[in-house]
Amino acid sequence: MTIAGNVLTDQALVNEAPVSTFRRWLAPATFVAFGLIDIFVLGGYSHKGDATFAFSQPFAKVTVPNLQLAAAATCYVCGGISIALALARAFAPLSKLMRRVTIGLVLFLLVLALLCWADAGQTTAFNIVNLLQGTLGQSIPIMLGALTGVICSRSGVINVAIEGQLLLGAFTAAIVATVTGSLWLGLVCGALAGSLVGVLLAVFAIGYRVDQVVLGVVLNTLVLGLTGYLFDGLMVPYQNTLNSPATFSAIKIPLLGDIPIIGPIFFDATIFLYLTYLALAGVQVGLFSTRWGLRTRAIGEHPIAADTVGINVIAMRYRNVIAAGLIAGVGGAYFTIGSVGAFGADMTSGEGYIALAAMIFGRYTPIGAISAALLFGFTTQLQSIMSTLNTPIQSNLLLALPYAITIIVLAGLVGKVRGPRAEGIPYIKS
Amino acid sequence: MSDQASPVGAAAVQKKQTRPGPGRIIRDSILEGNTVTVTVLAIFTAFVVGGLLNAFTNTTVLHAWGNLFSDPGHAIATAWDTAVGAYIEMFEGSIFNPHTVSALFQQASFSAAIHDGYLSAVFYPLSETCVQATPLILAGLAVALPYQAGLFNIGAQSQIIGGMIFATYLGYGVSLPVVVHVVVCVIGGFVGGAFMGWLVGELKARTGAHEVIVTIMLNYVMIYLLAYLLSFPYLMQAPHSSNEISAAIAGNAHLPLLFGSHLRINAGFLVALACALAIWWLLSRTTTGFEFRSIGKNPSAARVAGMNVERTWVLVMLIAGGLAGLAGATVIQGTDFTVNFQSYGTYGIDAITVALLGLGRPLGVVLAGLLFGALHAGAPLMQAVTGTPVDMVEVLQAVIVLFVAAPPLIRAIYRLRAASAGGVGGVMSKGWNA
Repeated sequence: MTIAGNVLTDQALVNEAPVSTFRRWLAPATFVAFGLIDIFVLGGYSHKGDATFAFSQPFAKVTVPNLQLAAAATCYVCGGISIALALARAFAPLSKLMRRVTIGLVLFLLVLALLCWADAGQTTAFNIVNLLQGTLGQSIPIMLGALTGVICSRSGVINVAIEGQLLLGAFTAAIVATVTGSLWLGLVCGALAGSLVGVLLAVFAIGYRVDQVVLGVVLNTLVLGLTGYLFDGLMVPYQNTLNSPATFSAIKIPLLGDIPIIGPIFFDATIFLYLTYLALAGVQVGLFSTRWGLRTRAIGEHPIAADTVGINVIAMRYRNVIAAGLIAGVGGAYFTIGSVGAFGADMTSGEGYIALAAMIFGRYTPIGAISAALLFGFTTQLQSIMSTLNTPIQSNLLLALPYAITIIVLAGLVGKVRGPRAEGIPYIKS
Repeated sequence: MSDQASPVGAAAVQKKQTRPGPGRIIRDSILEGNTVTVTVLAIFTAFVVGGLLNAFTNTTVLHAWGNLFSDPGHAIATAWDTAVGAYIEMFEGSIFNPHTVSALFQQASFSAAIHDGYLSAVFYPLSETCVQATPLILAGLAVALPYQAGLFNIGAQSQIIGGMIFATYLGYGVSLPVVVHVVVCVIGGFVGGAFMGWLVGELKARTGAHEVIVTIMLNYVMIYLLAYLLSFPYLMQAPHSSNEISAAIAGNAHLPLLFGSHLRINAGFLVALACALAIWWLLSRTTTGFEFRSIGKNPSAARVAGMNVERTWVLVMLIAGGLAGLAGATVIQGTDFTVNFQSYGTYGIDAITVALLGLGRPLGVVLAGLLFGALHAGAPLMQAVTGTPVDMVEVLQAVIVLFVAAPPLIRAIYRLRAASAGGVGGVMSKGWNA
């Protein structure tokens, strides 16, 4: 007990590292930088003419008229507002909520200016609905992975193995759905595969007290090697019998799906998006409004106290980590039976690590993690749409954009995120 | 890494007290599952696991399993042959191939055989192992050093790419005399990697941005930056090339070969060993190294003792990045000579497993780098001859490290006694809020 107690007090001391004036001015400075980019880069270099935004898909029952904006002027206005927000942030006493709202606003203005710049003078309208619909699709595995991460972290276990959970989920879902011919069975087995990685994580992290960051990376390597090995050895020679699953088709919810703008974005998608809603609601309510959630947060913050009041810390950590794996497994299944069908080696391409970043970004809350995941999905989707628009930015630089923005936002606006106190520290019952 | 009391030291203490015979000490240290025993058993177990995986997934073996009841002996024999055959090829590709020796002795004259490269052929597998181990050792050090200081460097890949970009550019972009050019390029590689590492350390020290996230993101940024640089002839793309590949570096910038033109082993291997020695010296013999380790053990105590934690973070990441940059430079200057998308491979992730298997210590990193280098060197031959996919190497690496990280598991499997004087606790967790 004393060992864990000492570590906790150490953490408390470290967390009170000196807050410099540098840190205080960083957020306003970042705002100003974004504003200047809006004005001089995007506004200054935009083509003459208007940017047109479309808000409905072809053949929609109810259509919304297109919106035309003068491109350069809009960029200047966006930049002006950003700089004004920087002044407000620097000199006005803002509440915590207002500070987050300003971050959101500045990012929104940057994106608006970017879109105006990209679409100025183009004959085709920029379809906002397609952008947002694609965003949600791109974000599904990141959102589910991040929710898994939130549950694990809140229980006091760092889960870097989200990547492995996604990859094994994708692999298992593809192979089971092909062999049995049942998509639903594929989905269930994909979820179980995510949970299997969770079992390994739990056994080694909680049972054998292995360093959890390193363990996560090793588990990812293991799954990457294993799926790559089985893919080359079995799936490639037996493509038709092992790796050609069907995919889930979109389910349009009656009435809600016909609402203009909102309908096609939120209520006309595969089962995976609806499962994501369920998972979000479940984790949010579960963590903050149920007995399970209170206990989970307790073992993540102060396991000794939790143990004192009779919670079995070790058992609960095992249960939570293994159960949380199910969510990431579903996210993995999306890669194969939810979108492209066949499995490919390393097809998750690091989205599990992005999910991890989204979780920290979202300050270990379900809603925050989901918002951050959507930000990633949005930049990825934005990149794929912009690359079709003949923008002068080279596509590789656009591909790097989501990651670069993450670093800038993390360093400039978010800074040090304080996780659950006992995260990553194995509990040793004395 | 809470308990540093090594079992070797413990055995020595015991010897002073009770004076048991040397045989007794050796027997005890094996039965008590000290670091060496556990590591060897972990590697052995991982190979058994890999062999089982191979035996149960190989397509020919699967056919044989289908006839299990009519011809069980054949099924088991095929499975055994497949599993062992793959390892034999791996061994021949990485350590020693008996055919090359018989070929050597079939030559009429020994001196002519040496001249024709028959002797080189004998040492070719070992040379390849060293070539593969070079970047693994350097990148492994780049993970192990920050680990000693309590930082996780998941971004060796970005630093390797940074080093590669600098080394390649200096390699073909400038022309310098013989020795100077090599040195300038190697230093350039160090600087390129060090810059990436410094960025991570500086961001953590100034803004509190967590190094795990920043390094992961930088990996992607650097991959796309490299792709961007290789897409335009006015940046780094080779002139008159439609592929994303840089121009070849000048001959003056090549790292010298150590044992003649038939073997690829080059001075990069010596650089790696020298760096390991330097890091050992830094960590165990200097004040700076003491600060690194103190901050790794307990940052708040170190702060109270007057150490500048933030500045140390920056310094550690700068050195680590430089080491990873060197790994990139040795690959470019030693074997590849141009940079493309295959250049950085999986070194960034492999480095983490190397550092972990080496328990974060320089000598351990060298040995782990050699082991994994051997796996990498042997894998292509294994795939070519037996059809076992090279991904087997990743599986083996991960399983070895999993077992090494959890000594109690190995002790339980082989029914070893727990080490008497604390023993090795494996890799202990320290959380990531620090």
